[in-house]
Amino acid sequence: MADLTMVEAINLALRQEMENDDRVLVLGEDVGVDGGVFRVTDGLIDEFGEERSIDTPVAEAGIVGMSIGMAIYGLRPVCEMQFSGFSYFAFHQVEGHAARMRWRSRGRYGIPMVIRMPYGGGVHALEHHSESREVIYAHTPGLKMVIPSGPRSARALLVSAIRDPDPVIFFESKLMYRSLREEVPDDEETLPIGESRVVREGSDLTMISYGAMLHRTLEAAEKLSEDDGVEPEVVDLLTISPLDDRKFTDSVRKTGRVVVVHEAPRSFGPAGEIMARINERSFYYLEAPVERVTGFDVHVPYFAREQAYLPDVDRIVYGARKALNA
Amino acid sequence: MPRKKFEPGHDVEHLSILDEKGKLDSRLEPEIDDELLLKMHRTMLFSRRFDEALLKWQRQGRIGTFAPVSGQEAAQVGSAAVLEEEDWMVPAFREFAAAVWRGTPPVGLLLYTAGYNEGGAIPEEQHDLPIAIPVASQLVHAVGIAYGIKYREREQVVLTYFGDGATSEGDFHEAMNMAAVFSTPIVFVCQNNQWAISVPREKQARSRTLAQRALAYGMPGIQVDGNDLLAVYVATQEAVERARAGKGPTLIECVTYRLSVHTTADDPGKYRSEKEVKKWEKRDPIPRFQNYLGNKNLLSKDEIEKLEKEIKEEIQGVWHETEKQMERLGDPMDMFEYIFHEMPPYLEEQRDAYAEFLKERKENHDG
Repeated sequence: MADLTMVEAINLALRQEMENDDRVLVLGEDVGVDGGVFRVTDGLIDEFGEERSIDTPVAEAGIVGMSIGMAIYGLRPVCEMQFSGFSYFAFHQVEGHAARMRWRSRGRYGIPMVIRMPYGGGVHALEHHSESREVIYAHTPGLKMVIPSGPRSARALLVSAIRDPDPVIFFESKLMYRSLREEVPDDEETLPIGESRVVREGSDLTMISYGAMLHRTLEAAEKLSEDDGVEPEVVDLLTISPLDDRKFTDSVRKTGRVVVVHEAPRSFGPAGEIMARINERSFYYLEAPVERVTGFDVHVPYFAREQAYLPDVDRIVYGARKALNA
Repeated sequence: MPRKKFEPGHDVEHLSILDEKGKLDSRLEPEIDDELLLKMHRTMLFSRRFDEALLKWQRQGRIGTFAPVSGQEAAQVGSAAVLEEEDWMVPAFREFAAAVWRGTPPVGLLLYTAGYNEGGAIPEEQHDLPIAIPVASQLVHAVGIAYGIKYREREQVVLTYFGDGATSEGDFHEAMNMAAVFSTPIVFVCQNNQWAISVPREKQARSRTLAQRALAYGMPGIQVDGNDLLAVYVATQEAVERARAGKGPTLIECVTYRLSVHTTADDPGKYRSEKEVKKWEKRDPIPRFQNYLGNKNLLSKDEIEKLEKEIKEEIQGVWHETEKQMERLGDPMDMFEYIFHEMPPYLEEQRDAYAEFLKERKENHDG
């Protein structure tokens, strides 16, 4: 066990998978000598050489497209988009090919690759460096979309993503890269993709979140417990797609009241799909309309105002009380 | 410091061996087995006739939209023929003749045009990618495969096809650049067929040739008469040898012409003149090559006639076999397959719900 940040935990996952399997290699802008702009790939080039820790030209479509070719050839590329805001340069490769090659080739060429990218706001970054656009990927057939909520889940999910036979989009919260530490086992640990988990048990309210917002949701849950005397249950999705609706269905049927929290824009966001599933599976168990506390349908403001955009503990508590008191 | 000229580091050449009048530059003539020459001829002729049959079937409403290959057979067969079985071929969407050369069953190609995903399957032993429709997007995959070959220290090479329009796409630039930066074993074969749907070559790029673009990436470029099978073959052979020897990528520009429509969905009469088409018909790669084979006493007029008859029957056979397969492929539930290695629960649920709906509808209908 070691007390690791998310950056260190992801680095551990990459290092161990590269040690275990010579098909695994990393590529992207500044991932080699510099170790990545967030140091996630730090030191890999020393251990595995520049052939497996590849500094590429500045070319997102090229990075993703080359990774598709590598995967077809039998390798297991883990490529990095320096920021998710630049991943759109490569979107045609993701949607047009990574997501479709297995289908188009009738199973001949699966694409076992991971596209890692930092996402989300809260770190005083420039424009294009704060967005949370997971639905673009979650809405695309053929992709898996994973967002860990801390160092330990990041490490375990990344190992699973690398071993997955299909393309996995792996969002890493910049806000959490160094803001918390967790005990991460030295030995191999995996978490199944497509499974959510209950991270706080309760019986009065179901709170559903993931990624950086999970921590604010947990804080809000504690506040509700202390101030209002209610015990919320909190579900950490971990995988956005394929969405695991079993845990929150069980929880909603128990509590009858729900709040969904994410920093992605509100309309057509993940909460919309979650509410649809609740409608399909648990409509008659509901005691109140499902609340959502989300980013707004605007671009993330420059950093002087970005905290106003992001759901915070007060907004989450406010939304939760609406669900509780309706 | 005085001004001085930069040396680009590589040359750009033009190569023509068998010209449009059938005149052979015997100093440049490659030594190719008779058997291989005849096989290349047969593949070109088969592709042309199959193209004509597809067009007819499309007009009759029996198949869907497709991109005809007519006019570009030499550019494709002359390059694909250089590859070994172990090498990789990464096509765009018009590489019918190259696919036939590589062993893709014509039944599969016909199924694809008839709207069945099954037609996109690549036989297990073939190292080819399926058709890629988004222009130039396949080029970066080819570079990734070539990187894999280099990483695994194998002897293979990758050959990838694209058109003149593709050279305007960002993916072309990224692929050329990355192929050169990583010194990968790859050959870029541009079929400059003069038209990107309705936009002519001169509106696609100001550079005098497309081949010269190679210089900016630090690789050699060669422009060949793309309707001259011998020139295409020689240029590809040199490029493949370079790639196999670890000397990196090459760009080949095959100057050719799309004799038919872009796809069956457009009308070339709107954007190009009949006179231009007539001019290029005189440069048709197939009669030119037949003439060459005739002069070498490898192929007589009678033999061509016999071959034409044989091909016609073969194409009829392909149609009948495809029809038979289509009858077996009516199940719409197939659309849920091959999205993932294992079907996730939400997709199983959608599939089952749809199956239930179909069952109920059928019962209501029958009842």
